[in-house]
Amino acid sequence: MNLHVANAKNVKGLATELWIESGKIVSQPTNGVVYEDIDANGLTLVPGLVDLHTHLREPGREDAETVLSGSQAAVAGGYTAISAMPNTFPVADTAGVVEQVFRLGEHHNLCDVFPIGAVTVGQDGKHLAELAAMYQSEAKVRIFSDDGHCVADPLVMRRALEYVKTFDGIIAQHAQDPRLTESAQMNEGVISAKLGLKGWPAVAEEAIIARDVLLAEHVDSRLHICHLTTAGGVEIVRNAKKRGIKVTAEVTPHHLLLTDDVVESYDSVYKVNPPLRTLKDVHALREGLADGTIDIIATDHAPHPQEAKDCEWNAAAFGMLGLETAFSIGYLTMVKSGLISLETLIERMSTKPAEIAQYLYHGKIAVGTKANFALIDLKAEWKVDRVRLHSKSRNTPFHEMVLPGMVMKTFHNGALVFDRKAKL
Amino acid sequence: MKNLLSINDLSKADALEILDTAVELSRLSENTVRKFPTLRGRTVVNLFFEDSTRTRISFEAAAKRLSADVINFSAKGSSLSKGESLKDTALTLQAMGADAVIIRHSASGAAHQLARQEWMKGSVINAGDGTHEHPTQALLDAFTIRRRLRADSGDLTGLSVGIVGDVLHSRVARSNVLLLQKLGAEVILVAPPTLLPVGVDSWGAQVRYSLDDVLPLVDAVMMLRVQRERMEDLFFPTEREYSRNFGLNLERMNRLKNTAIVMHPGPMNRGLEISADSADSHQSVIVEQVANGVSVRMSVLYLLLGGATARDLNLSSAGGM
Repeated sequence: MNLHVANAKNVKGLATELWIESGKIVSQPTNGVVYEDIDANGLTLVPGLVDLHTHLREPGREDAETVLSGSQAAVAGGYTAISAMPNTFPVADTAGVVEQVFRLGEHHNLCDVFPIGAVTVGQDGKHLAELAAMYQSEAKVRIFSDDGHCVADPLVMRRALEYVKTFDGIIAQHAQDPRLTESAQMNEGVISAKLGLKGWPAVAEEAIIARDVLLAEHVDSRLHICHLTTAGGVEIVRNAKKRGIKVTAEVTPHHLLLTDDVVESYDSVYKVNPPLRTLKDVHALREGLADGTIDIIATDHAPHPQEAKDCEWNAAAFGMLGLETAFSIGYLTMVKSGLISLETLIERMSTKPAEIAQYLYHGKIAVGTKANFALIDLKAEWKVDRVRLHSKSRNTPFHEMVLPGMVMKTFHNGALVFDRKAKL
Repeated sequence: MKNLLSINDLSKADALEILDTAVELSRLSENTVRKFPTLRGRTVVNLFFEDSTRTRISFEAAAKRLSADVINFSAKGSSLSKGESLKDTALTLQAMGADAVIIRHSASGAAHQLARQEWMKGSVINAGDGTHEHPTQALLDAFTIRRRLRADSGDLTGLSVGIVGDVLHSRVARSNVLLLQKLGAEVILVAPPTLLPVGVDSWGAQVRYSLDDVLPLVDAVMMLRVQRERMEDLFFPTEREYSRNFGLNLERMNRLKNTAIVMHPGPMNRGLEISADSADSHQSVIVEQVANGVSVRMSVLYLLLGGATARDLNLSSAGGM
């Protein structure tokens, strides 16, 4: 199919248009070719967003999310590439499982689904999984993570960092010292003291980040820090970058907006790991994202069925939905607040994550690449309704919030995969 | 007032009303009125997910003296291990027409969850949720202090209360810090730093590490139960070391003012946080705390379910019984 996207604006606010032939962007219309016109009047054209941290729950917990429902949520959020975390049942620690997830993504063909492989077998933190096999598989896995668990053993972490160098791989660390966070429930501080919930201290994150940037420096490998949440963590990454250490970092939308005082309701929709922190941390995270210390926004989209949240706080599952609200939260916290431009936000949500993960056909709108992009109405506001989200689960902490910026259409390889108007 | 989940649900006036009503109820009980008809036909459920015979019995006695029908529902363990969720339990009790549910649960916030509008329509009384709060314990403690040191009237302004021990894991401490300060008392927390929560400086209470230094300053000293298992989580090196530094014994009792009272929410570990002779001394009000617990819980049930005030009680009891 051939498309002509007309009357759009680009991220700089300048008029732009786009010609697409057979899913790829071309520089100008070819004589004799018929283009379907897409009128993007009033909309902003952005490269499709790229998420490096998504929980799709398939295989194993299809009641919470599937590759299909997760892909639907992704494209509704303007994403054209997502990265499936390996904490499924079975764990994605073999070529077989990562290929299954990859193929399901291809089969549904709404967005690209790139699996992330487990670092250790069954995420046990002890034995390295067959990392090279996962890279050599059809899924071509380059990012490995035991997300949900920290690779706590320093020797395992060192070996993993070294081992993946053969194929320019990255270890994405869930930084959480397990001993300091045994049965931890929320950020340790004034609120946890009041509520009598066991604290998850900032130092448990910072200690692992500090150790790992030093390990990455020592073996000259690529380290990625998942969901950074603390002011101290931002400072460590900032210094590491100054020293030339190959470290990248992500922040989630919820950690850019919410603080731990919301836990006073004991509403477990706010239970997430790592936990919501304080206002001071939120400001440090925003500053870190603005100055590039934090490279990207990643959603940590973590669907859970209702019964996993409809219970007492201690028994509830950790995690929040993120894909469908991420752009709006990023726009609200970073652009509306005047910290960065829309152009920089899109770089943090699309260009940079694609670069880190080496997702070749994402993160840019350029002649010759596949047409992965979204059209966003920046002026529109919308009220989040958890029942109307595309995810199978409803655990969004943003229910009933009015957010700016609405993804209207999403295109994957030149095909329209999401149209909000068609939904209405 | 519909629920009592936290001391924060109460204004100072509310708290004083509960205490005044409890005074009235205990006075009438002494004058041979053993049973009041106030809650006849109302159903009160004791929903205990955690073993606590003394608190359950106290609430049961309180409800029965108000003529309520009492159902005891014990469900040991968390909802997960039991297989039925707190939500389903709540919906079941709701369907049975419970007018009030008294909940004890090992998870902080469980009472708040239960009180969600879509779950429970009746009143919810928190009888201890995890390491969060135990509001009726604080009320009975305040009642006991006021009875001994303020002759059952007014607030606690000018009094100083020491709370000693495992503040970190204590719902009794959290509720007492809120209530005693609300009533005008000064609170001094005494514990090793490992047993104080990070963030305790926001509580408005003094924090001290030396029990010996604090004892001469206080009008009441409240010894908290220390669980022996805490040692394994490295909160203190040995029971003996804890006891030497933070246990109340006769020698330390001598540092107290003559008028000061010794309190403990129970159950006690005699020989660990409190020596037997301190617990049984004439300054100890530990047994009185238990007796006062029934009056205070009657008062809470009465005010939550009856919607009446202390004055109404006086009139109706004079006429009706």
